[in-house]
Amino acid sequence: MITEPGLVIDVADLRKRYGRVQALSGLTMTVRAGEIFGFLGPNGAGKTTAVKLLLGLSRRTGGQGTVLGRPIGDREARRRIGYLPELFRFQPWLRAREVLDLHADLIGMPRSGRKPAFDAVLELVGLAERGGTAVGGFSKGMQQRLGIGVALVGDPALVILDEPTSALDPIGRMDVRGILRSARDRGAAVLLNSHLLTEVEQVCDRLAIVDRGVVIAEGSLGDVLGARETRIRVEGLEPPGAARLARFGTPRFDGRDLFIRDLPEAQVPEVVAELVGMGVRVHEVASGRESLEARFLELVRGHRGDTAA
Amino acid sequence: MITIARLTIGEAARRRILWVLVALAVLAVALTGWGIDRLVSLARTSGTAELTIQLGVSQILIFIAFQFSFVLAMTAAFLGAPAIANDIESGIALALLARPIRRSSYLLGRWLGLAVVLVAYGAGSALLAILVVSRVSGYTPPSIVGPLAYLATEGLVVLSLSLLLSTRLPPIGAGAISVVIYGLSWAAGAIERVGIAITARNPDVNLEIVGQVGRAILPTDGLWRGVIYGLEPGVVVAAAAGNPLAEANPFFATAPPTLGFLVWTGVWMILVMTLAAISLRRREL
Repeated sequence: MITEPGLVIDVADLRKRYGRVQALSGLTMTVRAGEIFGFLGPNGAGKTTAVKLLLGLSRRTGGQGTVLGRPIGDREARRRIGYLPELFRFQPWLRAREVLDLHADLIGMPRSGRKPAFDAVLELVGLAERGGTAVGGFSKGMQQRLGIGVALVGDPALVILDEPTSALDPIGRMDVRGILRSARDRGAAVLLNSHLLTEVEQVCDRLAIVDRGVVIAEGSLGDVLGARETRIRVEGLEPPGAARLARFGTPRFDGRDLFIRDLPEAQVPEVVAELVGMGVRVHEVASGRESLEARFLELVRGHRGDTAA
Repeated sequence: MITIARLTIGEAARRRILWVLVALAVLAVALTGWGIDRLVSLARTSGTAELTIQLGVSQILIFIAFQFSFVLAMTAAFLGAPAIANDIESGIALALLARPIRRSSYLLGRWLGLAVVLVAYGAGSALLAILVVSRVSGYTPPSIVGPLAYLATEGLVVLSLSLLLSTRLPPIGAGAISVVIYGLSWAAGAIERVGIAITARNPDVNLEIVGQVGRAILPTDGLWRGVIYGLEPGVVVAAAAGNPLAEANPFFATAPPTLGFLVWTGVWMILVMTLAAISLRRREL
C-alpha cells in the first residue's frame, strides 16, 4: 500500500473480529500531519478497537494500512507515537517524574535534556508541583493529566488520545484543548477518540463518525454538519402548516421549534410572513448550522435504520 | 529488556512484602541459630560423640532447607503470578507495550528482574542460615555454593512456570496452579523414594518412572536432591554407598543431579519462557 506524503494514518478496510463479534468492519480513514482528527462514536462503536489495531496492541483480522509510513503495528513507528489509553494505570509506586523517565527510556530518548523536557510537560498538564509525588496517591483526574503528559514525551509525530477528558473537570477539559492545539501547532497529528461532542466540535479540524465498526461520515466539521439550518421558535403551528413551507427548504417541526434546512437568508422574512399569515405566533428566529449533537444522532439513527433494514 | 528488569527490581524494593519476607527470614535464621546452639551445648555437656552431633546438625540443616525451599517456591510463585496478569488487568501493559518494545523483551525483563530479586533473597537467606549454623555448631556442609545454586534454580523454575501461567490466567489462579504443580512434583519424587524401597525387596515393581516423569514435568524435585547432597556430611554419603535402601529416604541423596538432568533443567526453562513469549504475543490487549 502506497501512502501519499503527509498522511500519518492511512488505513483501508480495517477489520477486527473477536470470536463471533465483529468489533470493526471495514474502517477506512486518513489522518494528516498538523491536524486534530476527532474519532467520534457511541459506546461500543469500535473506536478503542481501532486505536489498538493502529498500535499493534491487537491484531487485525482484515484490511491494511500504514501509520507514519510504516505497516500497522510496526515497532519503529511506535517510537514516534504517544498514546493515552482509555482505561489505564501507571505503576502506583512510581513518582510522576519516574513514569516520564520510564517512557523516555522505552522510546530511547537521550538522557540529556530530559529534565527541561519533563518540566515543560508537567507544566503543560498542570502537574508542575507534583513531579515528585507517587502516582498511587493521584486522583483520577491527575492520573489522566499525567497520562496525557506521558503521551507527549519525546514530541511524538502522532498523538493518540483515547477519551482523554473522561475524568477531568471543565477546567481540565479546557486545558486539554489547549494542549491538543499546541501539539498540532508543532506539526503533530492528533487522533482524539471521544464521545464528547462539544469537545470534538471545539477542537477538531476533521472528524469521522463511526458506528458499529464503520465510518458513517468523515470530513471537516462543516462537511459533516452539512447544510445550514434555520430555527424558528413558534406557537400555534400544526404539522400540515409546516409542510406548506417546503418550497423554502426542507422543514422539520418538533412541536416547539421549526427547522428549515437550506433556507437562503434572504427568504427568512418571507417565511416569517407566511407563518404569521397562517395565524402562527413567531417568538425567535436563529440561523446557523445544525449542532453536531443533532447531526450525530441523525447519522447514527439513520445508519442503524439502514443496518436494521 | 533491561529497562523492564530495572523497573521490576525497583518495584520489588518499594513493596513492603519483600522486606517483610526478608525480616521473617532473618528472624527464622536467628531462632534456628539459637535453637541449634542450645541443642549442641546440651549434647556436648551430656557427652554425646562429636560425630553424632555433626550428623544431627546436618539433618536439622537439611530439614530447614526443605522448609525454606518450600517458602522460596511460594515466593517465586507469588512474585511471578501477578507480574504479567496484573499489568494486563490494570492497563499498565497498554501504556508500556504501545512503546517500541517487543512483548518478548518485556517478558524477559520481568523474568530477569524477578530472578535477581528471588536469587538475592533465596541465596542470601540460605547463606545466612548456613553461616549461622556453622558458627554455633561447628558443622559446615561440604559444599555451600552447590546447595545455594540448586535452591536458587528451584526458585527460578517455579518463577518461569508462574510467569507462563501469568500470561493467560489471573494472578491467584496462576499462583495457586504453580504451587500445586510444585507440590505434585515433590510428591512424585517421594513416591519414587517409596518405589525404590519396594524395588529393593521386589525387583519386579518399578516406581522410578513416577519420579522421572515428575522431574521431567517440573525439575524442582531433582534440584532439591542436589540441595540435600551438598548439605550432608561426606562420611554419611560414603557409608550409604551400595545400600539400595539409602536412596529411599526422602531426606537423603546418594549422588548430585546428573549433568543430563541439569541440561534438561536449562532446556525446560528456555522451553517454558518460549511458550510464555508465544502466549503473550498472541494475547489481545
